[in-house]
Amino acid sequence: MIDQTTYRPIEGRSTEYLTLVGWLGLMVLAALGSAYYMEHNGHWVTGMSNQVIWGTPHVFAVFLIVAASGALNVASIASVFGKKAYKPLSRLSALLAVALLAGGLAVLVLDLGRPDRLIVAMTTYNFKSIFAWNIYLYTGFFVIVAVYLWMMMERRMQKYSSTAGLVAFVWRLILTTGTGSIFGFLVARQAYDAAILAPTFIVLSFAYGLAIFLLVIMTVCRGTGICLGDALLVRLRNLLRLFVVSSLYFVAVYHLTNLYGTENHGVEKFLLVSGGIYTGLFWVGQVIVGYLVPMGLLYHPATRGSRTNIVLASVLVIVGGLCQMYVTIIAGQAFPLNMFPGYDVSSSFFDGVVAAYSPSLPEVVLGLGGMALAMAIVAVAIKVLPFLPDDLSDKKAGDGEDADAEVLGA
Amino acid sequence: MSTCTDTTRRRFLAGAAGLAATTLAPGVMLITAGPARAAGGPVTNARRWGLLIDTTKCDAGCDDCVVACRTENGWQGHDRPATDSQWIRKVDLTDQVTGAKTSLPVMCQHCETPPCVDVCPTGASFKRADGIVLVDKHICIGCRYCMMACPYKARSFVHETTHGQKPHAPRGKGTVEACTLCVHRVDAGGTPACVEACAEKAGREAMVFGDLNDPNSDISKVAGRLVATRIRADLGLNQGVLYHGF
Repeated sequence: MIDQTTYRPIEGRSTEYLTLVGWLGLMVLAALGSAYYMEHNGHWVTGMSNQVIWGTPHVFAVFLIVAASGALNVASIASVFGKKAYKPLSRLSALLAVALLAGGLAVLVLDLGRPDRLIVAMTTYNFKSIFAWNIYLYTGFFVIVAVYLWMMMERRMQKYSSTAGLVAFVWRLILTTGTGSIFGFLVARQAYDAAILAPTFIVLSFAYGLAIFLLVIMTVCRGTGICLGDALLVRLRNLLRLFVVSSLYFVAVYHLTNLYGTENHGVEKFLLVSGGIYTGLFWVGQVIVGYLVPMGLLYHPATRGSRTNIVLASVLVIVGGLCQMYVTIIAGQAFPLNMFPGYDVSSSFFDGVVAAYSPSLPEVVLGLGGMALAMAIVAVAIKVLPFLPDDLSDKKAGDGEDADAEVLGA
Repeated sequence: MSTCTDTTRRRFLAGAAGLAATTLAPGVMLITAGPARAAGGPVTNARRWGLLIDTTKCDAGCDDCVVACRTENGWQGHDRPATDSQWIRKVDLTDQVTGAKTSLPVMCQHCETPPCVDVCPTGASFKRADGIVLVDKHICIGCRYCMMACPYKARSFVHETTHGQKPHAPRGKGTVEACTLCVHRVDAGGTPACVEACAEKAGREAMVFGDLNDPNSDISKVAGRLVATRIRADLGLNQGVLYHGF
């Protein structure tokens, strides 16, 4: 499929653009400062402890890594599933995927106890470790998506872009399987140790990645004056709502499966009923804000026709996603290990009690810095190279396919 | 020269063990002081070092094993319980049905198939051929995945600058650490500090150290006589640390 779309770099001289890049740069600098502060003093200055081992940086990092693979979906739909309407968005989709992964990995690395030993992680492997596999999956993702981008952007190579897209699609599925398995393989902790976490993370990635993609494309089109047609936006909206419903389904299956076994009643009661902040974040943040309200906004006839509501729903999916990662990662650790079933347990090392955790400012700044880094990469890249089509209007996007006739309001 | 020293020490310890066996009888010798590996020689799987903890002899108010380990290995903290390391801790149990109380020390369980070793991306977590699970501080990147994977909460992350380190137990801010089974003592033919303290300081003799591969070792004999179990035996990790009485 030879792409006839004209792509151009953005001019990138407006005050708004420079202000945006400036703010993103400041956020990245603040994140670096936070990382230095944490590494210099040691992790005791964070909210993390020997009970809650992975904190807020992991919440942001895992969210970004999961979203990264999902952001590639738009390109996959064009290359793998042959939907021409999405083709003009493919370059941005691949760029966003790489940028989000870079942002997530930066946070992950800067939260290591010894980030200076990154070279050790890159050269010394234990091949039984799912973490080690992920190092290959992440670096492989960068390489494959870079090749995919090259084939899309170099006219002579475009005939291979579908094949590259297929490889990237398969790779991203494996990558998110790996990310989900980081938790799914942990037999020690009751909230994890579930094979369904891998496919759940894949479905979540569809929603997170598309929500971020929608915000990025709508912001870019607004800032550059590129016309974003209703038909294309309606397709993306319909996909997002489907992904949100799917996410809810997988999460429901996870909890229902757990609830069937008596041994997991304790952890499920903690997550769903008595877990305080975690229960609140689950029901209000993850389920209502992250699933139900976006579903209402995107399905209800009175609200689904508004571009503003698509933006709002996308923001809510991201907020809900962060809540979901917080509940998954922090609550999963806060619930005590079930070392002695049938006994009440106490010790000087917080055995048998719910561990306390409060995010510290440096952790939050580091996590937000990862998001800012991803956005900064996109902002700079679209100025330097031709990632954006000059026209996304319905005339172009429809391209003879079954364009949705729905018209969106503001 | 060092070989001579080691041999001498080994003979002394073996003699001490023999003395302990004769004085502490009936039945149970607390220490198995078989020859350790030759100095500089390879560790082999001919031995599998282990501990057996008789919780019926362990008192809730006693933490001599913890104090001895902390002193031996220098992991004193900064009065910040949530982030300070604990290589060994006393855990108190109350049966939810009968109300019966038990107290026992929990440390690295030195699993035969350790989850911490499985998940470590760099191989910093490793198991020696003789069953002792350790952390190579030089290649630990501080990712803490081993702590997520350990079913026994046996590992600690060094959250701040250390002080009072011992030459035989190096520690490092930003890396993970845990009970080494006093590998420096074991390699020299000795026994872990906790075992020694339990017998000599506390006078409880609740901990037996020895070679689980040797059917004639005291730990094997005691394990065969008492009903020994493992924490979370359902995970099938075949730990080197066994318990009796809960």
